Formats: sequence, structure tokens, C-alpha cells
Amino acid sequence: MLTYILRRVLQTLVVIALLSYVVFTLMALMPGDPVEMMIASNPKITAEDIVRLREFYGLDQPAWKRYANWVGTISQGDLGYSRTYRVPVMELMGPRLLNTLILSVCALSFSLLVGITLGVLSALKPGGRLDSFFSVFSFAGISIPSFWLGIMLIIVFSVKLGWFPAGGTQTIGMEGASWYREFFDRGWYLVLPVMSLSIQQIGTFMRYARSAMMEVLRLDFIRTAKAKGLSRGRVLWKHAFRNALIPLITIAALSLSNVFSGAILTETVFSYQGVGKLVYDSIIANDFNVAMVSFIISVSMVLMMNLVADILYGFADPRISYS
Amino acid sequence: MQDSVVVSVRNLETSFFTKMGPVRAVNDVSYDIHRGETLGIVGESGCGKSVTSFSLMRLIEHPGRITGGQVLLQGRDLLQLPEARMEDVRGGEMAMIFQEPMTALNPVLTIGHQIDEQVLRHKKVTPKEARERSIEMLSLVGIPSPEERYHNYPHQLSGGMRQRAMIAMALSCDPVFLIADEPTTALDVTIQAQILELIQNLQQKFRMSVQFITHDLGVISEISDRVLVMYGGQMCETADTVELFNNPRHPYTAALIASRPKFGSRPHRLTTIEGSVPAPHELPPGCPFYNRCPRRLDECRVQRPPVSTIKPGHQVACFNPL
Repeated sequence: MLTYILRRVLQTLVVIALLSYVVFTLMALMPGDPVEMMIASNPKITAEDIVRLREFYGLDQPAWKRYANWVGTISQGDLGYSRTYRVPVMELMGPRLLNTLILSVCALSFSLLVGITLGVLSALKPGGRLDSFFSVFSFAGISIPSFWLGIMLIIVFSVKLGWFPAGGTQTIGMEGASWYREFFDRGWYLVLPVMSLSIQQIGTFMRYARSAMMEVLRLDFIRTAKAKGLSRGRVLWKHAFRNALIPLITIAALSLSNVFSGAILTETVFSYQGVGKLVYDSIIANDFNVAMVSFIISVSMVLMMNLVADILYGFADPRISYS
Repeated sequence: MQDSVVVSVRNLETSFFTKMGPVRAVNDVSYDIHRGETLGIVGESGCGKSVTSFSLMRLIEHPGRITGGQVLLQGRDLLQLPEARMEDVRGGEMAMIFQEPMTALNPVLTIGHQIDEQVLRHKKVTPKEARERSIEMLSLVGIPSPEERYHNYPHQLSGGMRQRAMIAMALSCDPVFLIADEPTTALDVTIQAQILELIQNLQQKFRMSVQFITHDLGVISEISDRVLVMYGGQMCETADTVELFNNPRHPYTAALIASRPKFGSRPHRLTTIEGSVPAPHELPPGCPFYNRCPRRLDECRVQRPPVSTIKPGHQVACFNPL
């Protein structure tokens, strides 16, 4: 098991390295570079200045050489400097990354909990009243665009009802307050963005949970469990759900990266101080260092969650062994 | 003799309410099983033999429903019990083993866990005692090194071993009545013989009543004391095994017996029964065997032949028996 995990981690690292090279090259192909931005903002710049700046930032070198430089610095723990924000990338992204992670994990846990529960319930009587109701709900959730949903939530719950703040990450001036007040304050600001992100995910999880459960409920061992005199609840959760969980693991694991990227829109709508908007801005503004780091984070997340799913498989399904 | 009846099925009727209208899968079936006796139920696929068993366990799934009759287990009508009491009966006094040992066990739980679960459900024991009981049962059904097997998952066992584990599980709470639904159909012939022998031995040991369902006449003749032949959800004939095989009275029983390949002779073609089983919703109003019967009379088409006793212990539902 341990050797398996180690091997997979190594493979993952190789894939990340290869992909980072590809993306670096692609970004080098994009029109424009940071110096052009400087030219645009400084009318007094001379031709010599431009050459000097290009040389200074290493932009006169071929892409592979620049990539090698970048890998060199990044392996020393230096993520570089954001040219647009004029702060080190680490300082810029650290707290925002944390904010996005909090948002994504909250949304994912909430939607898994609700989606799977509702999916299991609707699998009990396919075509029944409960199932039909939940189906409509889930398809609505899947179909509604998240930016529209976000705006609607703001209109209803903060403008009309005034229950939750319309945007932001925390109340200004809360930093010094006791930890639990800060905690609740942040939770308060999280409710609407989490809702907006979750509603889509709930629909997806519900559909998957429903079909996984329906598939399992037809199997022979469910009848065996009933024939043993076990109660309905025990047959359902212990015997059926335990088996339905296996396909759900992959979906849940892969959804984290989905939610993470879905957060870009949600964060923009709720002006939540996450990494989503930053990524978009950095690509538009040719801010290589920020863009590369955020790219590596998203890629690693997909690959790592794949690995996590595979490892969890081994625990959920005894028929799979990694030795 | 009468007071040793363990199971008494009276006019059992189970229907499925499909989109094409209600279908009677089991129609007016009655039989008794005595203590220590094995009743074999034979019939082709779709004749209602499995539905009969599931009706006894009250495990008929939607859109099916038991629409009439009584199932008396030691004098108590199971069809009148509330669901919670019925759960006590299932796996307790009455247990069932299934056709497919591959799929009838939960793949993600250990064998031991699955047996423990049943023991803990029905007996007032500690988890440790349940575990001891499970291991005892595993060794009783002839599983080698039961302590190790206890920790195995179903996929780590062979088909025969899984069926043994199924039997261990079914018998773990000392049932008085065991339903075996084609328990050997999915197994190799040699394993089949071993499992049949095991069931017979355990039956004698615990004086259980067994309802053994199969479409295999060879198996039936080996294991059962009495045989019930079913066709189209109805009873055709019931008699002692020897009597039934030597002296079949219903044309369907006779045809079934005639279509068995005989050892030693190699006929050009095997004897078959002409036609096929009518779909349940296309059953004729009279005798269900009418359209395939060589001895049919006009009245067979419109009227259902009643079950009549031809001689003590031998009943036939036919207007024109052999």
C-alpha cells in the first residue's frame, strides 16, 4: 500500500512537471509581455529602456531557458513576484488561497451531505412523489447558471430580507476580535457563496447517489440482508449504501477541483477575497508568476484528488488491493 | 402426524400489479411441511416457485403483493404479523438460502461480519459470543480453517465455499424451517452433490423442515420426501417422491419426467414438452397447461381443475389424470 502511494505520488509529480512546461510555453506564445504593459503606462520610455528591461526580466531569452530559471527559483521555495500587484506571489496568494479552500471545502461537504441523503431517499421509491420532486430540484440546480443564482441569492437574502451580507469575506475591523467572534463572522459571510456553489453540486451528487443506490438495491445480497431479519434502516445504510459509496468516492474527489474552479464565478459575484478572480486577472495582465502558481495548484489538485480517490477505493472496496 | 406440521400454506395468492394489469404469480397454492421433512417444489422458470418462497418470507417487492391466503409457521399466521415481528421471524425461525452464492453475499463485508450480524440480531449474545457462534457454524458446514475464513471477504472464497458460508449464516440462529431456493443451480456437479449432502445432514441433525426449490428433477428425487409440481403459478400435483416418480398422474408431471435424459440410452432427440410456458398475463382461464396438454378436454379450457385427492398423500389438479 505504501509503495503504491509513493509510486503514484512520484508519477503525479512527473505529470505536474511536464504539464507546467507545456503551460509555460503556451503562455510564452501569448501576445504581449509585461514590458509592453510598462510601455503602455509610461509614455517617456525609450527604446534603450525597453531593451534593458527585456534583458533585466530575461524576456530576451528563449522560453525553455526562462522555464529552467523559473523551475530553479521555485524549487528554492521562491514563488516569484507579482508584477501587477508588486508583492511576492506567496504573500499575495497565501491568504486568498486559504479563503478559496474554506469556501470550496464548505460547499463540497454541504453538497455531499445534502445531495447524497436526498439521492438515497429518492432511490427508495423511484418514480414516487419524493423522487419526482427531488428530480425537478436537481435538474433545476444543474441547469441554473451559478452567476445568476448568486445574484438572485443576494437580491432575496441580503437586499430584501437582509439576513446575510451581500458580499465580502469578513466584517472590516473584525481581525482583532476573539477567535470565535471572527469565526462566526466569517461563517456569516460564507453562507450565500456556499449556497450558490452547492446548489449545482447537490443536483449532481443527488443524481449519482440515486443511480448508484438504485443499482445496489437490485442486487441479491440486499435480499439476503432482508432475509436475515435486519431492519430496513440497517439494510439500507449498512448493506446498500456501503456499496453505493464506491462509485461516489471518485465523483466526490473529482468534484473538489470542479468546485474550486467554479469558485471563480461565485467569488466574483460575492466579491469574496479568494484566489479565483486573481487567477483570471493574472492571465489577462500577463502576470506569469501568479498564473503559473495558480495553474500548478489547480493541476495538482485534480491529480491529487484522483490519487485520494484511488486510495479511498482500496478502503471502501476490499476487492481492490494495491499490493 | 397432524401436530407435527411446521409450515402450513393455505390458498396462497400473490399478484404483481403491472402496467398490463394484475398478474397472479401464485394462485391458490396450499401445502404442509412436517417436522424434519423436505418438500421439493419443481417447475419451469416462471412457474411461481420462487415467488411462493418469497411470499413465505414476506419479501415480495413492489409491485407485487400477497393478495390472499395464510402462511402458518408453527400455528402462527405470518401474513398477519406486523413487519417488526416478521423481521424476528426472518433469519430466526425461518431462514433462506439463495441460488447465486456469488452475489448473495455482500462483497464489502467479511463473511464473519455477515454471520455475526444475524446472530446479534436474533440472539441475546455479546459480540464475542456471536463471533464464537459464527466460527462454530463455519466449521459445522465444513469450511476448513474457519477462524481465517471468518475474516475473509466473499470474493476470497470459491463458489462452493460461499454457498457453505450462506448455509452457515442461514442456520446460525437455529431455524425450524429452511427455504432453499435453487441452492445448487449455480454450482459444479461435484460441488452440487456436496452441498446437497450437507443440507441433508444438517437437516437431520437439527430436525428442520426444508422447502427445496429447483427445476432439476434429479436433485428433487435425491433430496425430497415429498414433491410439489407447479405450473403457471398453480399446483399440478403433490405426492411422496417415490410415488410421484413411479406413478405421475398429472400430464405435466408425466411429461417432465419423460423429458429427463436417461442414463445409458442415447436417443436421437431428447423428449420435450411442445410449446412454451404462457406469459403470466396470458394464462388461459382454465387449466394453465391447457395449450400444451396431450390429454386436454373441452372443460379444461374454461374451468380450472380443482385439486383432488387421488389416494392418501397424492393430490392432482386435473380433469383427465393418467
